[in-house]
Amino acid sequence: MRTGATAGAVAEAVAAAGVEAYPRIVATLIRVTGDWALAEDCAQESLTVALERWPADGVPTNPGGWLMTVARNRAIDVLRRATVERRKLHDLALLTPQDAPPEPDVSQDVVDDRLRLIFTCCHPALAIEARVALTLRTVCGVPTADIARLLLVSESTMTRRLTRARTRIAQAGIPYRVPSGPALTERLPGVLAVLYLLFTRGYVADGEPAFADEAVRLARLLDRLMPEQSEVAALLALVLLQHSRRDARRDATGTLLTLERQDRDRWDRAAIAEGLAALDRVRHDGPYAWQARIAARHATAASAEDTDWPTIARAYDALVDIRPSPVIALNRAVAHGYAYGPAAGLALLDAARAGGGLDGYPLTVAVEADLVARQGDRLRAASLFRQAAAAVGSTAERRALLDRADELTRA
Amino acid sequence: MMFVCSDTEPDTDPTPLPDIDKWVAENDSRGRRLSGNELGPTSAATTVRVRDGELLVSEGPFAETSEVIVGFDLLECADLDEAIEVARTHPMAREGRLELRPFADLPD
Repeated sequence: MRTGATAGAVAEAVAAAGVEAYPRIVATLIRVTGDWALAEDCAQESLTVALERWPADGVPTNPGGWLMTVARNRAIDVLRRATVERRKLHDLALLTPQDAPPEPDVSQDVVDDRLRLIFTCCHPALAIEARVALTLRTVCGVPTADIARLLLVSESTMTRRLTRARTRIAQAGIPYRVPSGPALTERLPGVLAVLYLLFTRGYVADGEPAFADEAVRLARLLDRLMPEQSEVAALLALVLLQHSRRDARRDATGTLLTLERQDRDRWDRAAIAEGLAALDRVRHDGPYAWQARIAARHATAASAEDTDWPTIARAYDALVDIRPSPVIALNRAVAHGYAYGPAAGLALLDAARAGGGLDGYPLTVAVEADLVARQGDRLRAASLFRQAAAAVGSTAERRALLDRADELTRA
Repeated sequence: MMFVCSDTEPDTDPTPLPDIDKWVAENDSRGRRLSGNELGPTSAATTVRVRDGELLVSEGPFAETSEVIVGFDLLECADLDEAIEVARTHPMAREGRLELRPFADLPD
């Protein structure tokens, strides 16, 4: 043990241990007690105790094991006071106070607990908002206040929603297990959607990068457990290929950089290789598969000019057929604009706008600006970029759009 | 408890519905279906209330709905997933809807 650790170092150690250990502790306590709220309260409590004790006692050599022990003892206390089932107490007492080294990568027990949590959170008998919120809270340990902010509701609303979801799991008899056979296949799309949403929350301009890391980790875990599921491989490929660009997406001042302006040397080659290997195992044409193929074309282009836009344009054609959405229609216009010239892009942009759902989506104007710029009308393009900048919510995006406008008027 | 309900938009799949007698026999023999029955039409329903000590009896269901409970089955299932699997094989899953609800006093 180290003693005399500074408050900042302790807070950091607690936060790091929390990210790693929290879901494991919650999963284990749910398995033993069946009580979601109790499991989360005790896991939370263990972090609070760590914040009190570690500054004086030093950070333990195995922080995760320390937290597990505190959480388990806390659960025993609570259950004893409630004098509930003897069996739960017995099972809890049997949980070894874990001072063992941290779990190996594929410790079956823990892996299964985590997966059970994911599949329980993603049960179709829970409303989709509840699935996302519960996954963020229980599987990823995101504080309720942060989830509330992410999903744009008040903290008290989110607390009520989470409580209702946990109660519903108990009352409706939703089992805490990974389903098998057809039920697994039926539930997989929900699980994948939650993981992708989690990834997106971390990847967007103002997002929390830890969510994207967590989504990648969970996708890897799911893929290891279900290597034969082509859709899982596709999702894994997609998040890895997108995530490989995370360090290159901003310049030194924090301004967001579009694909063509990124320094490709800063892309994570290992993540790209892993993503491409996962994509090799994809044997179907679903939405994640097409998006992963698009991401792979970008990731393997030596430069922006070398990008295989015709193939990307065809992938968007396929994607818009199987999952029509305004944003995909917009991206398709971009791809066609690069593959077949700005006029082709503008024609598809008009069609996408006519299709509806793009009103008030600021990137629509940014796309138009880019296509107009490439047609040579610099002044109109600059004015459109400024118009788009005024409408975006994120500071980083706004700055990037204003920079484009300035470049066009300067020259 | 599984409520069997009608639906104004039943399945249009032309494949024949599962046989209800077979469904009942199968689930009875497994000890999973404890009881069940069809209900009479809503025109035969009577609604009862007591308000301020006064008994009020009226004709018809408590609310006007186009989709109504037409029967019920009492099932003994380990969890919601088993109940969903059973409900999926009931013919009214395609002709109508099935509402699954556990009893409030079941342990856990």
